[in-house]
Amino acid sequence: MIELVSESRCIKCNICVNICPTNVFDRVPDAPPTIARQSDCQTCYMCELYCPVDALYVAPESDVTTSVNEAELAEVGLLGSYREKIGWGHKRTSTAKTDQTFQILKQMK
Amino acid sequence: MLKTLTTDFELDLEADVLVIGGGPAGTWAAWSAASSGARVVLVDKGYCGTTGCAAASGNGVWYVPPDPEARETAKASRESLGGFLSDRSWMDRVLDQTYANVNQLAEWGYPFPTDDEGKPYRRSLQGPEYMRLMRRQIQRAGVKILDNSPALELLVDDDGAVAGATGVNRQTGEKWIVRSQSTIIATGGCAFLSKALGCNVLTGDGYLMAAEAGAEMSGMEFSNAYGISPAFSSVTKTLFYNWATFTYEDGTVIPGASSHRRSVIAETLLQQPVYAIIDKAAESMRASMRLAQPNFFLPFDRAGIDPFTQRFPVTLRLEGTVRGTGGIRIVDESCSSSVRGLYAAGDAATRELICGGFTGGGSHNAAWAISSGYWSGKSAAEYSRSLGEYKTQRQVKGVGEVGLHSGSDRSQTLATDEIIQAVQAEVFPYEKNYFRTEQGLTESLGKLNHLWQELRSSRVKSDNELIRAREAAAMVATARWMYSSAIERKETRGMHKHQDYPELDANQQHHLISGGLDRVWVKTQPLLKSKIQNPKSKIGVAV
Repeated sequence: MIELVSESRCIKCNICVNICPTNVFDRVPDAPPTIARQSDCQTCYMCELYCPVDALYVAPESDVTTSVNEAELAEVGLLGSYREKIGWGHKRTSTAKTDQTFQILKQMK
Repeated sequence: MLKTLTTDFELDLEADVLVIGGGPAGTWAAWSAASSGARVVLVDKGYCGTTGCAAASGNGVWYVPPDPEARETAKASRESLGGFLSDRSWMDRVLDQTYANVNQLAEWGYPFPTDDEGKPYRRSLQGPEYMRLMRRQIQRAGVKILDNSPALELLVDDDGAVAGATGVNRQTGEKWIVRSQSTIIATGGCAFLSKALGCNVLTGDGYLMAAEAGAEMSGMEFSNAYGISPAFSSVTKTLFYNWATFTYEDGTVIPGASSHRRSVIAETLLQQPVYAIIDKAAESMRASMRLAQPNFFLPFDRAGIDPFTQRFPVTLRLEGTVRGTGGIRIVDESCSSSVRGLYAAGDAATRELICGGFTGGGSHNAAWAISSGYWSGKSAAEYSRSLGEYKTQRQVKGVGEVGLHSGSDRSQTLATDEIIQAVQAEVFPYEKNYFRTEQGLTESLGKLNHLWQELRSSRVKSDNELIRAREAAAMVATARWMYSSAIERKETRGMHKHQDYPELDANQQHHLISGGLDRVWVKTQPLLKSKIQNPKSKIGVAV
């Protein structure tokens, strides 16, 4: 579930509010969005992908809430890690280009 | 109470074609209608580009070059799995259209990889990239997109033809109405808020709206798809479990359990936890796996688990009709429903035509979304043109009922969350939905019918609850068509496993059509034996 909107990183663009498929966030004037309906989060990670400044963190647990520490997440490189993996963001190339599904399917009998 | 023509709408639009749903099927429909010259509005409950199960995950595509041998293999490979309910002429059409449209994706700039021989490889799509591209393409084609704008009910004219929809913007509360000549339901299937990856927007809303306008369902008994995920996670991507070993808690291998034999996993889960480890993947393959499906590894990396060397608990999450094959009945090659002016595409429509009774997983569904989206868009645009001047003179009314009433004419307040939990309690458990029995289905149906009555006689507290109340109603309605159909299919065929009738019965090689709201009905329909009708004469004509 979505667990973090980083106060320090957020630029208040509200893209996450707009693109969340299940409407989890609420916009707040002059402040980062709030996680208004956390239990509606379907843990699809789309908000992380669309956040231009890696200010969001979706914990892998989809049915229970967990506590997260922003400094630790940043330290181990988990803030924005999915966006990096699929090659979205400034000066990155989409990793769809290097999709290796054909290698996998060759091994399937 | 949101009742058409008596309420003021903050947004009042006219369109030739209204598309409800912004996943792969909806965007292909919108693109093809707009490319045929139609004025198109697309509305989505979420955000077109991130909504639906494909956007969050991505999958294979049933993309087969027009080589007779390859095509034959592709068609034959699933016929017995699907219980011989699929139709070869539909398979041919879908294979042709998908091939053309996926090549179109490449022209639009989807970054397909190249294989070992340096040839483009087009049988896999990564969801975020694919759907971001589709949004851009439909915007370029002039489609007007309303994001965060769930449709709540369809509009019909005096002759019963569908003429648009009304809904609400879930963030501003503003009500909208789109008066359209034709409407395409592309709202996906129903996974009952199971949190299977990307599936929580898929609550059967389109089925309910279509049924209220008089449309029929087909194949709703094929609705017991469950995806494997780590027990703590939402990521139901099962391809890599081909290389998994499934064990009990003490590490002993579970006999017969595999990603292809999920029933063994389900049986075990009824008694005790099941663990998996992806230990059959050779070292050389592990890097390829990460490059093929980055999101498969996301929960593991974040939970600090190496799935190749460490065991982790798994579960099965219901994917219902998302990876089942049932949905709105298609009556002809235009992807028309049985109601004039109403078309269905993607997972909202039956996929029995190409899959029979067994899920095509992602790849058949992806191909179906692309081709049925394309055809429905084109046909809906033609139908709209055929209406001519008549289109501006129609009187329309909303046909939604259950869950739409917030007025004070009903005493009981709707306990929406309780209804949702109650329907989940009937469709999630493996012993009820995976392993079906006459007695279990009958008991569940009794409870579901009661829930429907409760919905029928209650009012929602406020307009804010309309969306969730309609989702609840759609889930209850979907479950009732599922189980009513499952009771009628007294055999085991495709994914429908009936404990009391474990064999396939040659006399039941037919489709089950269902429908109805207060009174649910099911009837048999013989297979259409590849009767390709002249699409020109069939477009838009109700049968």
